[in-house]
Amino acid sequence: MICQECNQRPAALHFTKIVNGETTEVHICEKCAQGKSDLFMDNGGSGFSINNLLAGLLNIESNFQHPKANSFPKTEEVRCPHCQLSFREFVRIGKFGCATCCETFNKQLIPILKRVHSGNTAHIGKIPKRIGGALHLKKQLAEMKDTLKTYIDQEEFEKAAEIRDKIRALEKRVHAQGEGDES
Amino acid sequence: MSLEKFLQNALSSWMNHEGPESDIVLSSRVRLARNFKDYTFPTLFSHEEAKSILELIKKRLESEVNSEIGQLEMIEMEQLQALEKRVLVEKHLISPKLVDESTHGACLLSDDEVISVMINEEDHVRIQCLMSGLQLEKALQLANILDDWLEEAIDYAYDEERGYLTSCPTNVGTGLRASVMMHLPGLVLTQQINKIIPAINQLGLVVRGMYGEGSQALGNIFQISNQITLGKSEKDIVEDLTSVVQQIIAQERAAREALVKTSNIQLEDRVFRSYGILSNARIIETKEASTCISDVRLGIDLGYIQNISESILNELMILTQPGFLQKYAGGPLRPYERDMRRAALIRERLNLDTKEHS
Repeated sequence: MICQECNQRPAALHFTKIVNGETTEVHICEKCAQGKSDLFMDNGGSGFSINNLLAGLLNIESNFQHPKANSFPKTEEVRCPHCQLSFREFVRIGKFGCATCCETFNKQLIPILKRVHSGNTAHIGKIPKRIGGALHLKKQLAEMKDTLKTYIDQEEFEKAAEIRDKIRALEKRVHAQGEGDES
Repeated sequence: MSLEKFLQNALSSWMNHEGPESDIVLSSRVRLARNFKDYTFPTLFSHEEAKSILELIKKRLESEVNSEIGQLEMIEMEQLQALEKRVLVEKHLISPKLVDESTHGACLLSDDEVISVMINEEDHVRIQCLMSGLQLEKALQLANILDDWLEEAIDYAYDEERGYLTSCPTNVGTGLRASVMMHLPGLVLTQQINKIIPAINQLGLVVRGMYGEGSQALGNIFQISNQITLGKSEKDIVEDLTSVVQQIIAQERAAREALVKTSNIQLEDRVFRSYGILSNARIIETKEASTCISDVRLGIDLGYIQNISESILNELMILTQPGFLQKYAGGPLRPYERDMRRAALIRERLNLDTKEHS
């Protein structure tokens, strides 16, 4: 049997590929197999790295928002009051200087977060026990229940159903957290 | 020092335990990035701030640690020799960044080296739990215990909407990076990996070669980790990764089966050639060693080779790195001396097993 890749040397490696239930038989010589795996290794190694690309991503974003990109004073205006990091510097290093930066650059940050985190901008995971606690959630829950009541009073049932689902989801979260506390 | 003794001291004891699916999943890791409220992040903080972060941790260590965590030892980077730091990096306990760029950098290590906490790296605190086999959920559980213990005494930088605030926007939210190291020779040999990697990427996961970013996939070892940290709960992140890993395991097993069926003798030949190289070579470079070690491990998994323990891949992948070789040699080595030492160490390690079985 002759190698499928080079059509010259005899095939030394034979295998069956099963992709989505579709079976393909492959016969290639060792040399071609070697070449392929080397090629792959190099590509696989240099793989996609979000951190390296981040600075570039941030740049694109800022240019996009300010078509006259070099309008120096405009970008210089935003500067974190706590650590003095400017948006320009943030873009260059791709890192926040302090917790306040998140607030300072909030507006510019949203599209960036969306890109990096598949469209998400809001945290739905762990809440620190002591400083966060379930308090935030419970407060939010109370507010939502008030809104629900208003909607029902006003007979806006579609909106009411919507917020009812949200309340249920939130209650589940509070409940889950409560369980976490006990364990 | 005898190799046996050296191994006992050199390898993390968690590596002795064979976790679930450990024929394909070498290790599971969970990392939580945390920062302290009111302190500038490490990218911009002053020496004084770095020092006070370290002091805060030291103070916290004085109080009792949860029994599930056990004793934690603090190691400051300034106290270590260059070679000692390198060995910690090669064991994946700390990052090169902590060694090279940190101010008042330190780490906390548990006895079994399952837990390592980096202090003053890219974030004030990075909690890491490393376990053998596929045990992401267990690793997350442990990391959470440690996280809660720290939070009892220290205020974290946390925002109601954005979650845990981190230096890099890619970590904001949960600050969680979950990853697994997988040995996938079957998928590489059958070239399915080329199709699988883009598919994994589409699921919001990242695939890399061994040893993090920008390095080659040495020895058919791949690291798979989550990319998204915002808008998904910790539990979902870990569950999603675990289920993808389980699918990859199934595909790898199927690929191995197919290889045995279609090219048994070629595969056996490949395995024993590599075994021959490892047991006879006098000079061997990292790349060749990695390839051969991967073949031998596959040979063990498939039953071609019977007198060598499975842990050889995990062990040799770590031990044949430059830092470890120099530690074993007891001093600095030139590159060609390393290749000689590497060959010698591999031969000795293989002998250790064959002697035991004969």
